[in-house]
Amino acid sequence: RFVGSLGTIIIKCKDLRIIQLDIPGMEECLNIASSIEALSTLDSVTLMYPFFYRPMFEIVEDGWRSFLPDQEFELLTSVTDEWRLSCINKEFSVCPSYPPVVIVPKSIDDEALRKVAMFRHGSRFPVLSYYHKKNGMVMMRSSQPLTGTNGRRCKEDEKLINATLRPGKRGYIIDTRSLNVAQQARAKGGGFEQEAHYPQWRRIHKCIERFNILQESLIKLVEACNDQSHNMDRWLSKLEASNWLTHIKEILTAACLAAQCIDREGASVLVHGTEGTDSTLQVTSLAQIILDPRCRTIRGFESLVVREWLQAGHPFQQRCAQSAYSNSKQKWEAPVFLLFLDCVWQILRQFPCSFEFNEQFLIMLFEHAYASQFGTFLGNNENERFKLKLPQKTMSLWSWVNRPEELSKFQNPLFEANSLVIWPSVAPQSLQLWEGVFLRWNRPSKFLDEAQEEMISIIRYNKELQAKVNALRRQLAEMETDERMQENL
Amino acid sequence: VENVRLLDRLSSRKAALGTLYLTATHVIFVENGSEARKETWVLHSQISSIEKQATTATGCPLLIRCKNFQVIQLVIPQERDCHDVYISLIRLARPVKYEELYCFSFNPKLDKEEREQGWKLVDLTEEYNRMGVPNNYWQISDVNRDYGVCDSYPTEVYVPKSATAHIIVGSSKFRSRRRFPALSYYCKDNNASICRSSQPLSGFSARCLEDEQMLQAIRKANPGSDFLYVVDTRPKLNAMANRAAGKGYENEDNYSNIKFQFIGIENIHVMRNSLQKMLEVCELKSPSMSDFLWGLENSGWLKHIKAIMDAGIFIAKAVAEEGVSVLVHCSDGWDRTAQVCSVASLLLDPYYRTMKGFMVLIEKDWVSFGHKFNHRYGNLDGDPKEISPVIDQFIECVWQLMEQFPCAFEFNERFLIHIQHHIYSCQFGNFLCNSQKERRELKIQERTYSLWAHLWKNRADYLNPLYRPDHSQTQGTLRPQMAPCNFLYKFWSGMYNRFEKGLHPRQSVTDYLMAVKEETQQLEEELEVLRERLTNLQKSQINDNKVKSKRQDRSKELGLSTSNNCLANTPQEYSNDLKSFPSRSPSQGDEDSALILTQDNLKSSDPDLSANSDQESGVEDLSCRSPSGGGCLPSEDSGKDSDEAVFLAV
Repeated sequence: RFVGSLGTIIIKCKDLRIIQLDIPGMEECLNIASSIEALSTLDSVTLMYPFFYRPMFEIVEDGWRSFLPDQEFELLTSVTDEWRLSCINKEFSVCPSYPPVVIVPKSIDDEALRKVAMFRHGSRFPVLSYYHKKNGMVMMRSSQPLTGTNGRRCKEDEKLINATLRPGKRGYIIDTRSLNVAQQARAKGGGFEQEAHYPQWRRIHKCIERFNILQESLIKLVEACNDQSHNMDRWLSKLEASNWLTHIKEILTAACLAAQCIDREGASVLVHGTEGTDSTLQVTSLAQIILDPRCRTIRGFESLVVREWLQAGHPFQQRCAQSAYSNSKQKWEAPVFLLFLDCVWQILRQFPCSFEFNEQFLIMLFEHAYASQFGTFLGNNENERFKLKLPQKTMSLWSWVNRPEELSKFQNPLFEANSLVIWPSVAPQSLQLWEGVFLRWNRPSKFLDEAQEEMISIIRYNKELQAKVNALRRQLAEMETDERMQENL
Repeated sequence: VENVRLLDRLSSRKAALGTLYLTATHVIFVENGSEARKETWVLHSQISSIEKQATTATGCPLLIRCKNFQVIQLVIPQERDCHDVYISLIRLARPVKYEELYCFSFNPKLDKEEREQGWKLVDLTEEYNRMGVPNNYWQISDVNRDYGVCDSYPTEVYVPKSATAHIIVGSSKFRSRRRFPALSYYCKDNNASICRSSQPLSGFSARCLEDEQMLQAIRKANPGSDFLYVVDTRPKLNAMANRAAGKGYENEDNYSNIKFQFIGIENIHVMRNSLQKMLEVCELKSPSMSDFLWGLENSGWLKHIKAIMDAGIFIAKAVAEEGVSVLVHCSDGWDRTAQVCSVASLLLDPYYRTMKGFMVLIEKDWVSFGHKFNHRYGNLDGDPKEISPVIDQFIECVWQLMEQFPCAFEFNERFLIHIQHHIYSCQFGNFLCNSQKERRELKIQERTYSLWAHLWKNRADYLNPLYRPDHSQTQGTLRPQMAPCNFLYKFWSGMYNRFEKGLHPRQSVTDYLMAVKEETQQLEEELEVLRERLTNLQKSQINDNKVKSKRQDRSKELGLSTSNNCLANTPQEYSNDLKSFPSRSPSQGDEDSALILTQDNLKSSDPDLSANSDQESGVEDLSCRSPSGGGCLPSEDSGKDSDEAVFLAV
């Protein structure tokens, strides 16, 4: 990630910043360069910063314990009793990429789950992702069924997902691959749900690109954003050629579709792609942001990231290893989570008053997903995190973020709770390049920051006045009652 | 005409049935049935093209494109009616006499005095005084008092003191359409100035002593600098081609101490085609991201915007940082020159970034210096090749700057959009004709009203809540970056997809902050009253009853303020009409959806096409009559039929 020549070290960071150091003396320069290189490409996770980081702040709340599945389930049981918490994966024995406890339909026992796990890629059997309180519809996620070329079926699998349907109702299966890709997957033992075996479900294919294509797209985009040329045509064609915004549009469209099936069609939805660890999670988490006002609060969004990304087994360590400037082709590298954050930003831009957090919050998450002093995003799933003893040995990002001093930086001054479903526009005219990330180190941010400050001060002043007026009013009222009492006396 | 259907551009299913009226000034579509009468008003002068399309089973479609980027699709049941409407509209949209224009019949119920007051709102003499002229170096010249020297210039022209009438007249004879160099902007702090003219008639070798003296006089009016920039805003090739016609550009050898510079802004024909191409992209039905970005690039529109901005930045830099005066010209000096001078002024002088200052700027650089509004914006029927979105581009430059400098402008986006609207609407007299001379002959000020007074009256709607006169961004020169990766030029959907509300952010930060500020003001007032009462109460005993009634007043007022705030919390986002979502199970597709089904089967074979755009635009706000827009009714949530077609595709 650096190019050294003649006393100059260029450090290209994962947050897309480029730092140039001019160092007198060739030898020194080379030494520094090789040290940086060695230190930035550690082999072992346990040598990474989170294991050595000592927090300089007081821990008010342990982030490792902030978002436990039991709490989530408790919330669920207050509205429905059709679901249960299964500890089937306690020792990560059934599905290595799932958390120890998952939420499944009550009518399906662990034995059946075990069978379903055999029928799903990576044993990722369908689990509850979201329960829509408004109409009781649900969103589930899983990996692809292992139908193979000869159309294997699994009765338990059918029974499991049918258990989420109301009598006589239909559901939708959103496959995040194109029909073609899904068909090809059969040759490798994968596949998709056959209509004949799942008569109550309609399958919709919504193509979202995978790994390497997304990574290439990111590299091209970042290159375009670093092009200092004054040529407009070149800029637009590079932006277009990167296809980044195309991916944004595809992901948002699929998420809107899932949300629409649930809210408007009153149908339950199952989302999966191949492994169910990437595009699946993009769709399920974005759909929740559209549908559920809770996910638009800071706490709710954190919980969403924990549930739908960390616990759901998005392989952060593989996906977020090198970011855009990597020389070596990392096979598993892909900006899946960054695309998700970008989509959230697009919705935030369209509904600037409906989110409790601001753009900075999303940028912070992007940074920490790629490099962090906290252990939260280390490892590829709960299993690995457990083995690394992260909760004991490292600090959680949430312990730091959720302190009032930090939180205030991430609060959106315009926030007014909006309990409605928010439908973003996915037309090209409505989608924009996320300047805050991609042009962050190039554009002068001063003026935009000033605007932000001005906004905050306008609102703060308003709140202060409100408080003063209320206080005075109360004081007056008291004095008046006093007076009246005196008069009465 | 009855039983006309108004189609929604983005969705074939949502058509409104109603009656179409043609009046002397407007096309009016009134929807049937609904309790709240929904009306769409379009001024004839806004109509840019009318297209009659092939008759279908349902009727005869008529497509009306407007200059404010509204597109209206009507289906008229009877072919004959449609033809009549078509013929009438063609006639009505292309008036041949100024008297037919709306501004001569528009009456906002103001008396004579108010109207005159309105015209006095923007006073250019006052403006030049504000800049600091006349002074030791600059004076008003009366050579053009009867438009004797240049009929497209104003009567009052500011020139260097050392430029005698002889020099001016001599110079004017050496310039296209006799548009001699005159002052556009003067910088008090360092005496540097921006002057403007048309191209010199230099051909391959011609010279003019007076013209050379004129430029020298301009340079000398800035004693701090020993040279003068001459900026030719055309591409070099165009300028060279002009030499063959006896026109051209200044030869550095003939003029002492000038630095000559080409900027390369394309001509009006290129710009017209560019806008046309971009609008075609905007009109695409559910384009993919690539279609859109490719189309945008291919139109070249943003490239042209950037060229204009870059020219402005160059000039502003010369004046502010180098302290060098600049003479700007293009061919005739009334299109590109106007754009570039006004962008530079806006960057240099915070005054032009205020609401009043912006009006003054347009009045100075565009109206007074003979920008051909009538020809460029097709107010009267004329040569279609003269039409070009010249001022539209300037307005967009301002918007792009507002995006980069959110606190620097006193006005908001709506202000710009409404100015653009009225440049075409002909509802006010400001932008009629091609020159001051023509406007005076028509007695515009006595017979029509001024837009500026109208905007000023409603200025509360146009305020940028982030603007503060004492803010650092509002002081001094704006210095934008030039590379696209530093200064992100964006597609302006608020303008070019103005009537597709579904494409815009659903909550407006501006509106929200404006409501907060309004509430803040009320709170301030109340605080004052409360404090007063508190001190009174502390000082003396007062009648209990009186206080009580007063308190009720107060709380009433507060109730009002909170309700205002509520309104702001549900801004435009829900202006989309909520259409009940037809619950369709795959088995029961009606005819309409079967059609979509086949269409979409074709589509889904190609992954690039299968992603459907899905926005429905609201139609309530189409009324052109009240540009400030009414309150929007909050509804359950924004109606969006996302990809319903895709549902049926499997």
